[in-house]
Amino acid sequence: MSLDEFFVTGDPLILASQIAIGLTMIGLIALVTYLKRWKWLWSEWFTTVDHKKIGIMYILAGVLMFFRGGVDGLMMKAQTSRPNLEFLDAQHYDEIFTTHGVIMILFMAMPMLIGIMNVVIPLQIGARDVAFPKLNALSFWLFFVAAMLFNVSFVIGGSPDAGWTSYFPLAGKEFTPGVGNNYYAIALQIAGIGTLATGINFIVTIVKMRAPGMTWMKMPMFTWTSLVTSIIIVAAFPIFTVALAYMTLDRLFGTHFFTVAAGGDPMLWLNLFWLWGHPEVYIVVLPAFGMFSEVIATFARKNLYGYKSMVFSVVGIAFLSMLVWVHHFYTMGNSASVNTVFSLTTMMIAIPTGVKIFNWLFTLRKGRIEFSNAMLWSLAFIPCFTIGGVTGVMLAMAAADYQYHNTMFLVAHFHYVLIPGVVFAVFAGLYYWWPKMFGFKLSEKIGKWHFWLFVIGFNLTFMPMFFVGLDGMSRRMYTYSEGLGWEGWLGFSAVGSIVMAAGFAALCYNIYWSFRYAPRDIGNDPWNARTLEWATATPAPHYNFAKIPEVTRLDPYWDMKKKGETGLKKSDLKPVHMPSNSWTPIFLGVAFGVVGFFLVFEWFTLAIISSIGIIIGLVANSFDYDEGYHIPVEELEEEERAWRGDLK
Amino acid sequence: MTAHTSANVPLEYQTNQNQMNILGFWIFLGAEIVLFSTLFASYFVLEHNTAGGPVGHEIFILKDVLIETFLLLTSSFTCGLAIHAMRNNSKNGLMFWTIITLLFGLGFLYMEINEFIHYIHEGATIQTSGFTAAFFTLLGTHGAHVSFGIVWIALLLIQLAKRGITQVTARKFFIASLYWHFLDVVWIFIFTFVYLKGMVM
Amino acid sequence: MTTVKHGFPWNHLIGFVLSILLTLFAVFIAFETDFSKTVIMWVIGTLAIFQALIQLFMFMHITEGKEGMLNVINIIYSIFLALVIVFGSIWVLTSGHSAIH
Ligand code: HEM
Ligand SMILES: [Cu+2]
Repeated sequence: MSLDEFFVTGDPLILASQIAIGLTMIGLIALVTYLKRWKWLWSEWFTTVDHKKIGIMYILAGVLMFFRGGVDGLMMKAQTSRPNLEFLDAQHYDEIFTTHGVIMILFMAMPMLIGIMNVVIPLQIGARDVAFPKLNALSFWLFFVAAMLFNVSFVIGGSPDAGWTSYFPLAGKEFTPGVGNNYYAIALQIAGIGTLATGINFIVTIVKMRAPGMTWMKMPMFTWTSLVTSIIIVAAFPIFTVALAYMTLDRLFGTHFFTVAAGGDPMLWLNLFWLWGHPEVYIVVLPAFGMFSEVIATFARKNLYGYKSMVFSVVGIAFLSMLVWVHHFYTMGNSASVNTVFSLTTMMIAIPTGVKIFNWLFTLRKGRIEFSNAMLWSLAFIPCFTIGGVTGVMLAMAAADYQYHNTMFLVAHFHYVLIPGVVFAVFAGLYYWWPKMFGFKLSEKIGKWHFWLFVIGFNLTFMPMFFVGLDGMSRRMYTYSEGLGWEGWLGFSAVGSIVMAAGFAALCYNIYWSFRYAPRDIGNDPWNARTLEWATATPAPHYNFAKIPEVTRLDPYWDMKKKGETGLKKSDLKPVHMPSNSWTPIFLGVAFGVVGFFLVFEWFTLAIISSIGIIIGLVANSFDYDEGYHIPVEELEEEERAWRGDLK
Repeated sequence: MTAHTSANVPLEYQTNQNQMNILGFWIFLGAEIVLFSTLFASYFVLEHNTAGGPVGHEIFILKDVLIETFLLLTSSFTCGLAIHAMRNNSKNGLMFWTIITLLFGLGFLYMEINEFIHYIHEGATIQTSGFTAAFFTLLGTHGAHVSFGIVWIALLLIQLAKRGITQVTARKFFIASLYWHFLDVVWIFIFTFVYLKGMVM
Repeated sequence: MTTVKHGFPWNHLIGFVLSILLTLFAVFIAFETDFSKTVIMWVIGTLAIFQALIQLFMFMHITEGKEGMLNVINIIYSIFLALVIVFGSIWVLTSGHSAIH
């Protein structure tokens, strides 16, 4: 393979990015070296097993990926803003909607939510860390390496271009030669392994590490939804693992899982993809529901209305989410009874979801609502998500779906679900838990700009897509001719996307501004909150709790504050056991990345040789008998005294 | 890791961390069930699509498959005996039965590799048809699990020799035994729904 | 250190003998009887499930430990998923026009 086959050449946009990436990397390395921060990076971040730091790294990566995915989105909007534009050609448009979809779902939504889960869950259940801290770090590094591997495709080797669903036969070697789609198969495989480990980790954490007294029905809502999300992860990701393995075998080793001529079945891919893909949608949306529940309860100053029905509806959604996958391919030619059954199960999901909407509304009723930024996002979520949900019920009807299928109507629908359901939630969560991570609030004033620009921009962007969709515009069309009646809508939509981008810029500016100027003396409980994560210092100390709190009811911290039991006695302090840092997670992550890269290029000898790295990592891990260390009482005392006046 | 030693709980359950590892592994086995059922589902969908290549009953050999089955069943039994010895705090017993288990596992692998070579000679490679792709992937995934298990348990034996039966090594052996029994469960289904079904239908 | 001595592992031995017998019985049903194919599949399928249960209960001690109940729920849920995946995929992919036989 010659060098100009290796690097993608010939496109000025891509050349500019290659140069920009090169310069940024050199710049970063120079900066870290100049500041003499390598050691600090290594010992404080790269080898950390602290769930809070891992969470922060997830979130940082998620923001970066949101930027990348967002730029993809803007480019698509620019291309379709006027008829017959030639800003992107067909091939480039294909690549961009593919990377946009994959990155937004797997490398933006997932890490953002898992990141917030990482930061919050152990604190919220009164634990010192997750059940398997080292495995947690491994999950992060696998995700991160996979994200980098996937992202590098557009400058090295070429992007995947068969859509985020990568249907066969299009995604097969015959119709998509080159290495682009290998990136899809292999990067997602690596990320998937990490996600599965996260799922197991959080199930065990939540099941086994809750503070004494926190029974199932006293668990905060976000903990519940994270538990259920983790269960769905464990249930669904292995299916994707198999599907991706088939794809890899077909593309790299010439098997015929999906080629009709040799007895394969391309529909098998669709079936497996959506057996995973539909639950995946719930994986990203359920933690979001939990975050809204916490935020709404806090800022309405009431406990969550209908807690029990909320729990049952979350569990119900988990159960149903495995039974609806066919609604993504009603038009594949299934028998009528298949479509009927899956129409019904799909519509049934609307019931528990509706229950939740009403619970949030009733929580607001007669509350003393404080319109903080976190609350604004939650309030905006309810109507926007309802639009997504109602159009979803329209799509659920198999007969009607023959009209909507693969049109812009569908694109509008799932953005109305995913953006309020995930992005708004992540924003709400970031504003709400930001102090917990960094010890200061994001500016409420700049936050208002962020909020209004983004919400208005979002509706401007996606509302018109419903109408062009109903007017017959199919999805993944890179251009269209004049006179179809679309250009008005699409021009409007393109402007909207710029407004939305301005909202994102406001967030970035807010982060910058608040880092520099926001007040630091906000106490440990800046929102007058209800759950345990606020019962310790803000930002949380590395040991989380000097003494594990005891729980007697739902919203335990609220209760403790009312009873005046937030204090700490010196005699209660005992040495705290902590896990040690470890180099194996990052090492294994990188090793997987290297093997993955060679596999993408089908350089099998190199791949086999470098898999020795994976073996070394695993063996080292098996022989690692490190038992962690203890924080002495004196140190705890000092740290606790620094923020609470009441250490008796 | 603090040890809350109590006489009537087996060693591997004695610390909270150990209990979490064991629970976590059971959940992982849940994921493995999903993984293998996906492989089975695909096999059932593709099994008749032989595209002119060989059909299952033309190439399966009952005798060899039965030998493989008995090897694996026996290894599952000896693996159980190993854990029994561990709970009696017999390091040598644990060593002995684990090594026996691994030998049976190696025997199984030897038979399976020969079986694959035989299929390839019969003109059924993984690239032949939808059927062979699904067949080899299902079998291969199981076989890869067995191979991984052998290496993993061999590493544990080294740790056992160095450290003896402690809370940590006991937990590791116990988890490995769950894994090994689980592979036997998967094999039972392969035996029934791939081989017997293929030869009967 | 555990002081309780465990006696002869009857449990394991019985499980082992049963699994060998069940395997042989399945082979017998499959090749030496002239039931219809459907009946054969139902019988040997049931035998396989019995063998799996033997492994789970007699070898893997699924109900043991503090989380015994959770383990059982976990496995039942996984079996539910397995059934959905297997029968769902077969149904979806072999009925209607999508069937390519
Ligand atoms: C930042 C604002 C966003 C903009 C401007 C945007 C825009 C678009 C556009 C124009 C398309 C392609 C329509 C077509 O030609 O078929 C698209 C597809 C898609 N978007 Fe977005 N989007 C945004 C955010 C998101 C988010 C947050 C997610 C998920 C969490 C997401 C997930 C997807 C997916 C999965 C596809 C389908 C890709 C494919 O067809 O393979 N998008 N988006
Ligand atoms: Cu769906």
